[in-house]
Amino acid sequence: MTDNTQPVSRAQLLDRRDERVAHADTIGGMIGAFIDRVRSGDLGSLPVVVGLLVICTAFQSLNPVFLAPDNLVNLLFDCSTVGVISLGIVCILMVGEIDLSVGSVSGFSSALVGVLWVNQDWPVALAIVAALGLGAAIGALYAFLFNRLGMPSFVSTLSGLLAWLGLQLYLLGSSGSINLPYGSPLVNFGQMLVMPPIASYALAALAGVVLFATGYRMAARRRAAGLSASSLGRLLLKGALVIIVLEFIVYYLNLARGVPWMFGLFVGLCVVMNYALKRTKWGRSMSAVGGNREAARRAGINVRRIHASAFMLCSTLAAAGGILAAARLASSSQQAGTGDVNLNAIAAAVIGGTSLFGGRGSAYSALLGIIVIQSIASGLTLLDLSSSLRYMITGAVLAIAVIVDSLARRSRVSHGRA
Amino acid sequence: MNEEKADAEMSTNSAVDHPQEGPGELVLRLRGISKNFGAVSALADVDLDVHAGEVVALVGDNGAGKSTLVKILAGVHQPTSGTIAFDGKDVVLSDPATALGLGIATVFQDLALCENLDVVANIFLGRELDPLRLDEVSMEIRAWTLLNELSARIPSVREPVASLSGGQRQTVAIARSLLTEPKLILLDEPTAALGVAQTAEVLDLIERVRARGLGVIVISHNMEDVRAVADRIVVLRLGRNNGEFGADVSNQDLVTAITGADENSVSRRASRRRAQSHEVLT
Repeated sequence: MTDNTQPVSRAQLLDRRDERVAHADTIGGMIGAFIDRVRSGDLGSLPVVVGLLVICTAFQSLNPVFLAPDNLVNLLFDCSTVGVISLGIVCILMVGEIDLSVGSVSGFSSALVGVLWVNQDWPVALAIVAALGLGAAIGALYAFLFNRLGMPSFVSTLSGLLAWLGLQLYLLGSSGSINLPYGSPLVNFGQMLVMPPIASYALAALAGVVLFATGYRMAARRRAAGLSASSLGRLLLKGALVIIVLEFIVYYLNLARGVPWMFGLFVGLCVVMNYALKRTKWGRSMSAVGGNREAARRAGINVRRIHASAFMLCSTLAAAGGILAAARLASSSQQAGTGDVNLNAIAAAVIGGTSLFGGRGSAYSALLGIIVIQSIASGLTLLDLSSSLRYMITGAVLAIAVIVDSLARRSRVSHGRA
Repeated sequence: MNEEKADAEMSTNSAVDHPQEGPGELVLRLRGISKNFGAVSALADVDLDVHAGEVVALVGDNGAGKSTLVKILAGVHQPTSGTIAFDGKDVVLSDPATALGLGIATVFQDLALCENLDVVANIFLGRELDPLRLDEVSMEIRAWTLLNELSARIPSVREPVASLSGGQRQTVAIARSLLTEPKLILLDEPTAALGVAQTAEVLDLIERVRARGLGVIVISHNMEDVRAVADRIVVLRLGRNNGEFGADVSNQDLVTAITGADENSVSRRASRRRAQSHEVLT
């Protein structure tokens, strides 16, 4: 009936035989398709980009230090800690659940590292592994409560929020905080270590080259198989744009201290997570469970195991974020992980475009979202506003982000794109 | 290497038309299947045989237990008592994965598609090629091949399923069930949401599936469709077997078996219509 082995002309491409579908092949067509997509509620990362532009213009006009390279380098250091936690939130939101205890888990793990490393004289690596392991165990506990006892994640993690905070206070005891030794590798990593300029330029170039190479290989395979594929020019344009933008950012940051290794770690985790969510069977199963749990179950996906992996990954990344936060502050304190850490992590994922309703999201939403949140925090700090105002403004931004998500979702449903 | 794999799959797929003479060996054998939901007995002592290359229609009124039986065969529910033999061996269908693994594919009435995923992802859900590095190209080719075999009119396999019509979704669901090369396919109300042309296409498809030597169980409310395609019609009533007919059964007999009475609303209506048309003629 069909023969896909022969090279075929454009009209006969396997996926282009139906004339009823408009395909955007030209630049103009691409822009038109993009506008259509946004109109129907498929916003992607558009709100973040717009939000970021608004924030930058506003704060820059109020205080010219805001966009100075020094401030941006600090901002990236600060991003990385909550950003890693937010990456875990993306995972748990993908399956349509929530973890409200990530802040407490991060605080608990930072306390644990302090106690084991400084007070008990464990090797630092071992203390970190122990904290990560305990994070995973907490996730496993939530998964057990959810899968076996049917406890809604909202409630189990809310009680976890209190329980782990209590454990953190207990661990730190009467002293209240443990100072991590300055000059140690962990604290240096959290406060000082930046990439050598050469390395940062090379990594930025590598990103564009890898993007082009994977795109080129995919296009070649699709053409060989008789499917439509993006043109060489488009791929080159995309790769070149990415390289130019990234190299400019790196150049600008190198005017100050440079690109923090900690931020590099965070971006690396985002890239790995993006691959796992987009290009592996596990990631596909995560989206499926978040989109339609019953359909996923009937397709033979082990829904319980997917839930367990999401809970454990979320708690483990929260623990990792806690360790990075301890390194950043050079201390494990009772305040670690309290206050707005929880909400910032969740807000970042949602602002970045991961849906609260499950099944839609991307690892990069944690990256974009946390930059927005941290820019607001940094800008408000520069303006020397009180924390009362900072909380109110951050709360309002989160509310707006969720409203945009809900409205976009409604629009997607009515445009058949849910 | 992956193109080769896809080619191989395609060639096995194009060998569709091998008409088989009569029903083959026994694929599925149910004996004494019962299912209780609390105090409610949904199925009581149901027997069912399906042979290779045979289409068995399962009919019955609402609440007759058809969907419960399908869910038991799909591994969604477990029977309270009774035995299931598949391919001559007694089996326990403890979950959907087990049923799929044995070669029982199910197209549910509610289709069970993930609206947020595209057509390719839905067809390959749970059975993706290359788990650690999804082989999107081979999957897309295979998806198009399956859909073309069903002469499906799907505009794009890269759009989320949410943007498809009911008939298109049915086609996607059937294409998905064929992916695993099953021995037995269960279709729960496959034509309920379809237009005239698409219904005919699905019936053609069912015959093509039968010609491949698969056992097919079709659940339908539509007597025309049932008689058009089924080799045998099994009637369930109130969770029990209530007769088995050939495709040449009269509508009257079938309705009698389904409703459990000679004198029923359907027959009364039919005789009234007959009487009216006689009056007009005379």
